[in-house]
Amino acid sequence: MKKIILVSVLLLISLAATIPVLAAGPPKPGEKLFDFTLPVPAERADRNYLGISGWGKTFRVADIKANLVLIEILSMYCPFCQKEAPIVNQLYEAIEKDPAAKGKIKIIGIGAGNSAYEVEVFRKRYNVPFPVFPDPDYDIHKKCGEVRTPFFIAVRLNPDGTQEVGYAKLGGFGEIPAFLEMLKKSAGL
Amino acid sequence: MTKKAAVITIVFIMALSVPAWAQTHSEAYKDNIYSTGELKPVDSVLKVKVGDTAPDFMLFSITGQKVTLSQYRGKKNVVLSFVPAAWTPVCSDQWPGYNIVKDLFDKNDAVLLGITVDNIPTLYAWTNQMGKLWFSVLSDFYPHGKVAETYGVLRSDGTTERALFVIDKKGVIRYIDVHDINKRPSLETLIRELEKLK
Repeated sequence: MKKIILVSVLLLISLAATIPVLAAGPPKPGEKLFDFTLPVPAERADRNYLGISGWGKTFRVADIKANLVLIEILSMYCPFCQKEAPIVNQLYEAIEKDPAAKGKIKIIGIGAGNSAYEVEVFRKRYNVPFPVFPDPDYDIHKKCGEVRTPFFIAVRLNPDGTQEVGYAKLGGFGEIPAFLEMLKKSAGL
Repeated sequence: MTKKAAVITIVFIMALSVPAWAQTHSEAYKDNIYSTGELKPVDSVLKVKVGDTAPDFMLFSITGQKVTLSQYRGKKNVVLSFVPAAWTPVCSDQWPGYNIVKDLFDKNDAVLLGITVDNIPTLYAWTNQMGKLWFSVLSDFYPHGKVAETYGVLRSDGTTERALFVIDKKGVIRYIDVHDINKRPSLETLIRELEKLK
């Protein structure tokens, strides 16, 4: 009898440990962003861009100094992400040139299944100006419902410390001016 | 706990876990990737080893050219990248990565030859989804998997292993990675091996 109870408990524990992974679907507008941490970038320029400090530690999206953060889930091995890279760079430039958006809207990339080396290859190849973080074991990718790539998530960082997904969509975001206006509106700018 | 109970628990956990092979995520392929499920990591026995002269071969590329290994002798280092099959997970997310690092191959005086046992029309359609590839894609379709068999990377179901062979300019095999078929090999490891050839 004891054995049966022990096995049952073990089964329940294993089930409970698996549920969050199984339950994770793609992020949806209006939802809170799934919780994850990222390593503080080694490059000073990246830290300055994000407005975070403490190299060697980790941070959360909520720690980024911005009204809105656009997260791109990508992979250096994904042809569409490769094709989209120059367009995302153009969006970054458009944000930096827009006095209302600069400093308020930030972009980060997360390389699903990519090592630090692979993420750097991608950044160098496409001159990606914003930080891209490795996710070698798909940990973050699993939390966001194993979305296809590229997948864009715009997260509004509210003054009360809460975050809300304003946009979550697979594939390219279309015309930059219209998309930037949408982001600005979502960021309350 | 009895052994049986332990086995049941482990099987239960494995059944509920997110599969490791679920790794093709590019929207480039939409719903066209056939899900293979998790496969036996390695299902063949190598017939060559590091230090051997790499067996020569002639295969047709998707552009219709005859490609031999010996044509690179004395000229270029060669990386053979066998991938199991077109339109399957992981494979579809491997060569597109190599496609953006031509400079790293050039820097190490190396060419890349991608090989599968698929026929040329299939390979043509599949690799078209990856954008324009800088490297040769070769078909080891007929006689089926002859080159893969020569190297010892033909699996029992007729596909190949996910295998990398680094061959130097003298035609000698310098590195072999018969990788777990369910996982993508590290790009960094491959490039480091190429750098060792200098």
